[in-house]
Amino acid sequence: MSTLTEAPPPLTPTAPDKRPPRTRGRWTPYWLLLPGVLWLVVFFVAPMVYQASTSVQTGSLEEGYKVTWHFVTYWDAVSEYWPQFLRSVAYAASATVLCLLLGYPLAYLIAFRAGRWRNLIMILVIAPFFTSFLIRTLAWKTILADGGPVVGALNTLHVLDVTGWLGWTSGDRVLATPLAVVCGLTYNFLPFMILPLYTSLERIDGRLHEAAGDLYAKPSTVFRKVTFPLSMPGVVSGTLLTFIPATGDYVNASLLGSADTGMIGNVIQSQFLRVLDYPTAAALSFLLMAAILAMVTFYIRRSGTEDLV
Amino acid sequence: MTTNSTKNQTAATDGGGDVRLTGITKTYGSFTAVHPLDLTVPQGSFFALLGASGCGKTTTLRMIAGLEEPSGGTVHLGDQDVTALPPYKRPVNTVFQSYALFPHLDIYENVAFGLRRRGIKSVKKQVGEMLDLVQLGEQARRKPHQLSGGQQQRVAVARALINHPKVLLLDEPLGALDLKLRRQMQLELKRIQTEVGITFVHVTHDQEEAMTMADQVAVMNAGRVEQLGTPADLYENPRTTFTANFLGTSNLIEAEVDTRSGDDVVVRAAGDKLVLPGARCSAPAKAGGTVLVGVRPEKISLTHADDAGSVPEGRNRITGRISNTSFIGVSTQYVVDCAACPEFEVYVQNIDRDARLAPGAEVVLHWNPAHTFGLDAAQDIDAGVAEGEAA
Repeated sequence: MSTLTEAPPPLTPTAPDKRPPRTRGRWTPYWLLLPGVLWLVVFFVAPMVYQASTSVQTGSLEEGYKVTWHFVTYWDAVSEYWPQFLRSVAYAASATVLCLLLGYPLAYLIAFRAGRWRNLIMILVIAPFFTSFLIRTLAWKTILADGGPVVGALNTLHVLDVTGWLGWTSGDRVLATPLAVVCGLTYNFLPFMILPLYTSLERIDGRLHEAAGDLYAKPSTVFRKVTFPLSMPGVVSGTLLTFIPATGDYVNASLLGSADTGMIGNVIQSQFLRVLDYPTAAALSFLLMAAILAMVTFYIRRSGTEDLV
Repeated sequence: MTTNSTKNQTAATDGGGDVRLTGITKTYGSFTAVHPLDLTVPQGSFFALLGASGCGKTTTLRMIAGLEEPSGGTVHLGDQDVTALPPYKRPVNTVFQSYALFPHLDIYENVAFGLRRRGIKSVKKQVGEMLDLVQLGEQARRKPHQLSGGQQQRVAVARALINHPKVLLLDEPLGALDLKLRRQMQLELKRIQTEVGITFVHVTHDQEEAMTMADQVAVMNAGRVEQLGTPADLYENPRTTFTANFLGTSNLIEAEVDTRSGDDVVVRAAGDKLVLPGARCSAPAKAGGTVLVGVRPEKISLTHADDAGSVPEGRNRITGRISNTSFIGVSTQYVVDCAACPEFEVYVQNIDRDARLAPGAEVVLHWNPAHTFGLDAAQDIDAGVAEGEAA
């Protein structure tokens, strides 16, 4: 044991040999925890408390806000903005499903079939991150522009008739419709789906596929009974990583959507920055957090992945 | 050499359930993993493919399973040509080297997997019986990672056997187990095979394992079958230096053929005259030619040079000096430096130990000429030595 680091010279060699490691050992975990705990207290707990107190304040910008335990703000927020809440969940859920449908085959390809192209495809998946989120979303404005090639093609193929009938688009426009917002969300969060999917697929032992084939499972059954169940941890974390930020997102809705496609993130943003109604904004944030937490808990319980992760 | 065993194998059975490989081969680019190979595994036998790693034994097994597509040749199960069938359509099951149990399913569902895929609804009775056969009834609802290596291994066997395959393929199934458990599982597998009567094809690099379990062993080397036969036959009558060295230990001496007298061949090695039965000499023994004379270490008796007179007449004898001894309980292993062979190995049972037999002692090695075999001297005398030791 290293008495050298701390023990003063006159001490006998035997006594300090035993004691310092024990006390140090007892406190070590706490010292290691300290930086993280401090970080969380300063940047998570304190803001949460502040936000919670804001949400039950009343007053105005001129007179200042005071804590009056005005819980009615919550009720008012829900009754006024529930359509945006529902829309957020619907858009985020659609985008998550689309991400899963697009991302799974790609992740599967990278994990099992890409061979020496694996790294290249991985870089291509991550490459968009090198550009700003805002710029990429603005680029979609150009892609989906009225009279642009995409809209033209969709029109020729009569896809817009179908989506229009479903209420996803209106007339000859894609921009400023729910479809555009969902497209933007899907595009922006796709890598968050692909990466965890890839990680869990890649971990699957190839011999399990052979074993399943050997036990009379045809390729589609191998996928259904072995590959997919084993990739569940990736599916769960991928959907969470997509769904949670997508629900609170406001950039896609404000750049690609219209007044009719506002999500809860847009409401919170405008309450904070334009209306300056801080209590309502804080209450909405808490409600969103609570709603997501409830949905995620339910989802994890249902998917039964606790013992897989 | 490719060994064609079709003639003497199929005669014993009706051939209805044999595994028949005809000219099967596998190449990867310019590398040939398995040279054209003809092999028949009789129905109901316990057959071992024995060889060092990279000898093509696993590739051969995987071609039977359908997990590897042969570059040429055919695989027949009974009368059915299964060469073009994908694995899931072959009546064959495999016990994989790392078991490959499904980690997301419990033991019961792992075992039931094959039955369910074939659309069998009521699997309860069969799965229960199979778990009892491998003594894992209690563990049915556990997940694979909660079991020990030996238990996982038994699940892998049960999962394959429950389908009553025509052939059960075992790819180094005991490789991951420790020595004691491996011995136990060898007997267990042998018991199960006897009980269910299914053909087992077992791939292993462990010669002891192959000899303990199998009725028939094919020794493979560099993508070819060196020799095929019963364990005792392979051990007693190796036909190549590879088999002689890979299966146990052999003392091989280069000798010149002197004369043929009756059924015996008389050879000279560094001045000593040795006799071997002509029937056990797989090389052409023409006077003046060279052969490799071999004898197993345990066939040899060791007598101190002072008692040389007590050695009976008619035995092959060589003199030398003990260079090393190691006591290993049941026997003592001596390394003797002889003129004909600098590292002659002798295993002597520890019945009456002669205290004079210590390093430096002059000794006479002698053995019954009937225990001598002769091999073609054109081969590498050390073939299979390193592989045998590594295994």
